[in-house]
Amino acid sequence: MQFATGSSPHLAGPQSVTRVMALVLLALVPGTLAMLWYFGWGLLINLAIAVITAVVAEAAILLLRGRPVAATLIDLSAVVTAWLLALALPPLLPWWQTVLGTTFAIVIAKQLFGGIGFNPFNPAMAGYVLLLVSFPVTMTRWLPPEVLSGNLPSLADSLHMIFSGTPPAGQTWDVISGATPLDQMRTELSQNRMISEIHKSPLWGDFGGRGWEWVGNWFLLGGLFMIWRRVISWRIPASMLGALLLVAGLFWAIDPETHPFPAFHLFSGGAILGAFFIATDPVSASTTPRGQLIYGALIGVLVFIIRTWGGYPDAVAFSVLLLNMAAPTIDYYTQPRIFGQRKSNDA
Amino acid sequence: MADARKDWSFHGGVHLDDHKAESTGQPVRRLPIPDRLTLPLHQHIGLSAEPVVRVGDLVKKGQLVAQASDYVSASIHAPTSGRVVGIGPQAVPHPSGLYDACIVIESDGKDAWTDLPEPMTDYATLPTADLRERIRWAGIVGLGGAAFPTAVKVNTSGQRPIDTLVINAAECEPYITCDDMLMREQAADVVEGIGILRHLVGARQCLIGIEDNKPEAAEALRQALSTKADTGTEVVVIPTLYPSGGEKQLIRLLTGREVPSHGLPAAVGVLCQNVATAVAVADAVLRGRPLIERVITVTGRGVRQPGNFRVAIGSAADFVIAQSGGYSDAVRQLILGGPMMGFAMQHDQVPVTKATNCLLAAAQDEVPAHPAERPCIRCGECVKVCPAQLLPQQIFWHARAHDFDKAQDYHLFDCIECGCCAYVCPAHIPLVHYYRFAKTEIWAQEREREKSDLARRRHEARVARIERLEQERKARLRQKKEALEQKSGESAADPKKAAIEAAMRRVAAKKAAQPPEPETPGGE
Repeated sequence: MQFATGSSPHLAGPQSVTRVMALVLLALVPGTLAMLWYFGWGLLINLAIAVITAVVAEAAILLLRGRPVAATLIDLSAVVTAWLLALALPPLLPWWQTVLGTTFAIVIAKQLFGGIGFNPFNPAMAGYVLLLVSFPVTMTRWLPPEVLSGNLPSLADSLHMIFSGTPPAGQTWDVISGATPLDQMRTELSQNRMISEIHKSPLWGDFGGRGWEWVGNWFLLGGLFMIWRRVISWRIPASMLGALLLVAGLFWAIDPETHPFPAFHLFSGGAILGAFFIATDPVSASTTPRGQLIYGALIGVLVFIIRTWGGYPDAVAFSVLLLNMAAPTIDYYTQPRIFGQRKSNDA
Repeated sequence: MADARKDWSFHGGVHLDDHKAESTGQPVRRLPIPDRLTLPLHQHIGLSAEPVVRVGDLVKKGQLVAQASDYVSASIHAPTSGRVVGIGPQAVPHPSGLYDACIVIESDGKDAWTDLPEPMTDYATLPTADLRERIRWAGIVGLGGAAFPTAVKVNTSGQRPIDTLVINAAECEPYITCDDMLMREQAADVVEGIGILRHLVGARQCLIGIEDNKPEAAEALRQALSTKADTGTEVVVIPTLYPSGGEKQLIRLLTGREVPSHGLPAAVGVLCQNVATAVAVADAVLRGRPLIERVITVTGRGVRQPGNFRVAIGSAADFVIAQSGGYSDAVRQLILGGPMMGFAMQHDQVPVTKATNCLLAAAQDEVPAHPAERPCIRCGECVKVCPAQLLPQQIFWHARAHDFDKAQDYHLFDCIECGCCAYVCPAHIPLVHYYRFAKTEIWAQEREREKSDLARRRHEARVARIERLEQERKARLRQKKEALEQKSGESAADPKKAAIEAAMRRVAAKKAAQPPEPETPGGE
C-alpha cells in the first residue's frame, strides 16, 4: 500500500495570509466609516479607484513576472495597501494621482522588490510620499470635516472634482477645501500665535481638530481589535504612541504656548492610523520583540521632530519609511535571549 | 507538596486537539508474533550494532543477536525463537525510504526463551556499574522516540551530580497514548523503574511530569507510589500544551531550571527519562529481560480499531495494523510517531523498532495536504510559539538564502524541530523542513571541511616529507661528495708523495746498506 508523504509537522493551523489581511481590512472598517461620515463621498471614490488600480496593477505585474495571479491576489495584500493609501489621500485628489500613487506602491515599492514579503518599504507609504513630494498642492488640499463645513460635496460634485480636477461651477478650491488641523497649527505657530489663541478657533475640538479627533478613535478601536485577535502585537503601536506622547509632553511642559497639548499629536493626522495599521506592517517593520519597541519609539520621536521642525505638517509616512530602512539593523542587534542562553551576553 | 510547587512555564507552545480518547478505550492488547521479524541494526542513536549470529543460526527468544559496537550503541536481542534467515539491507523506518542492514528472523512458533541473567532484586546493594552493564546488555534506549542508549545517559560520572530525576510522562504529541496506557496498567513497574534510576544516579527527588489530559494515569501512579511508600517521588500534573514533553521544556516546567543551550540536563543536575524507558529498566534489572517488545499506539481514522498494542520489535507495520483491525477506507497517510514530529512513510513494509511509539494512519481531514507555500510576511507568529525562543522567520530567511553562517548566528542548532512554527505559519511555509535542510547542509559542509582539512594536512605533510627527503638526499650527496673529495684529495696528493718518499727512503736505505764504493781499490 502506498501512502502520501510530507515533511513534519503534518498538522497545520487555521491561519492564512488571506485571513490575516481580511482581519486588517475588517479592523479598518470603523475608522473608514467615520472618515466617510466626516469627509464624504470623495473618500469612497478614492478607495474604489485605489483598490481597482492595485488589483489590476498587481495582476499585470504578476503576469509579467510569470507568477501565479489568482493565488497571489487572493492574499488581499494589494487591497490592504490600496485601502491604507486611499485613507491617507485628500478626498478630492484628482483621480490620476490616486492611480499613479497606487501603481507606484504596487509595482515599484512592492512587486519589483519581489512582491509580498520582500518589500523593504511600506508600499502604501511609498506611494503616499511619492504623491506628497510630487503634488504638494493637491496633496494638502483636504476638505474640512462635515462638522465644520456643514455640507460636504454631493456625490455628483465629488465625482466631478475628482475626475475633472476642477471645482464645481461658481466655486473655488479655497471655498471648498480646508487645511488639516496639523497644517493649521503649523501655519499659525509660524505666525507666532499662541496655542491658547489658536485653540479659540472653531476648528478645534476637545483635544485635536474637530471631527479629526473622532476619526482617530475609530481607528484606535480597529487597532485594539487587531491586538485582541493577535493580528498585530501591542509593541509597535504602544511604543510609537507612547514615545510621541512623551516627547510632545516634554516640550509642552516646557512651553505650553508654542507646543500643543500632547493629545493633539495623538489624535491629529495619521498618528493612530499609522501606529496600528502602517507601522505594524510586518514585512517592513522590525520583527524582534525588543526591536519592535525601539522601532515604534523611534517612529514616534521622528513624527514629533518632523511635525515640529520639519518641512511637512504630518510625518508618519516619512518616519515609517526611515525606520523601514533601519529595521534589519535593529533586528540584528535585538535578538532575544534564546532558551538556555546565559543571561550575560556570552553567545 | 504539589500545591506548594511553583508553576513554571516555557515560552510559546501551541494548543492542539489531543485525539487521545480514540485509542484509550481498550486495554493494551498483546499482538501475536509474526512469522518474520526484521531487526534493523541501527535503531538507536550512535553506531549500528554488530551482528553476532550468522544466517542459518537458530536463536532463542531474548538471545543476543547483535552487539553494541561502541560506547554509544545498543545491543539487539531476538524477540522470539527461530532461525536467522537473512542479514542484509531491508526497508527501515526512515523518512528517506532507504534500506539499511537488518537481521531477519523466521519464527519457529515456539517462542522459547533463552537462559536469562539472574534478576537483580537487591539492586540497591549492587555497584551502579553492574546495573549500568545490565541496562547496556538489555539494549535499552530512550523509548520516547529519540532512542538514545540509556546506559550512556545514566552514566553521570564525571558530570555535575544529579539531584533530580525527571520522568517524562507528558506525551504531548496528539494521538499517541502508549505511555498513558502503560502508566494506567503498569504503574507499579514504572515506580520500580524509577527506584532503580534514582539509585543509579543518586537523585534526591523524582518528578513525574504528566499532562492534565491523563488523569487516570496520574491517579494510577499516585496509587502505586502510596503503596510503595516511596518518598521524594512526586507526580506533577502540567497543563496540556505542546511541546511540554520536550526534554528541556519539561525540565523547565518541573524545576524552573533552564538546560543551557547546547548543554545536557546534567548541567542543571537533572536526568530525564521517558516513562516507558523506566519500565524497560525495571524489566531488565528485576526480571533479567532484554528490550524485545514495546507498547505502541495504532490510531487515526485510517484504522478500524484504534488502540494500544504490545508488539514484538521487528514486527512489520502492515502486520501490526492488520492484526489490530486493518485499515479503513479513509486512510491517506501512514505516520510513524505523532502528527507533529513523526515522519510519513511511503509504505507499511517497515518494522516497528524500539523508537516506534505510534502508527498513525491518518485520514484526509486529520492530516490535510499542505497548502501551497506563500512568501513569509514576517508576522512573527512563529516567534510567539517557539519553545526554544528563537526567531524562526530569520532562520528561515537565511536558510532559504543558503546563508548558513547567518542561520547559525540565529541559533539554528537550538531548534528542536517541534513544528510549532510551521503549525501557526499563515503562509504555510514548511519551516522545519528548511531547518533540517540547513542543518544537513551544514553537517555536509563540516564533513567536507574535515575532509578537505585532512587532505590539506596530508598534502602539507607530503610536501614537507618530499622536502625533507630532498634535503636529506642532498645532505647525503654533499657528505658523500665531501668524503669523496677528501679521499680523492688524499689519494691525489699521497701516492705521488708516497712514491717519492718511498723512493727516497729506498735510495737512502740502499745508500746506508751499501759498503762504501772502492773508489780507489788498493789505494789504502
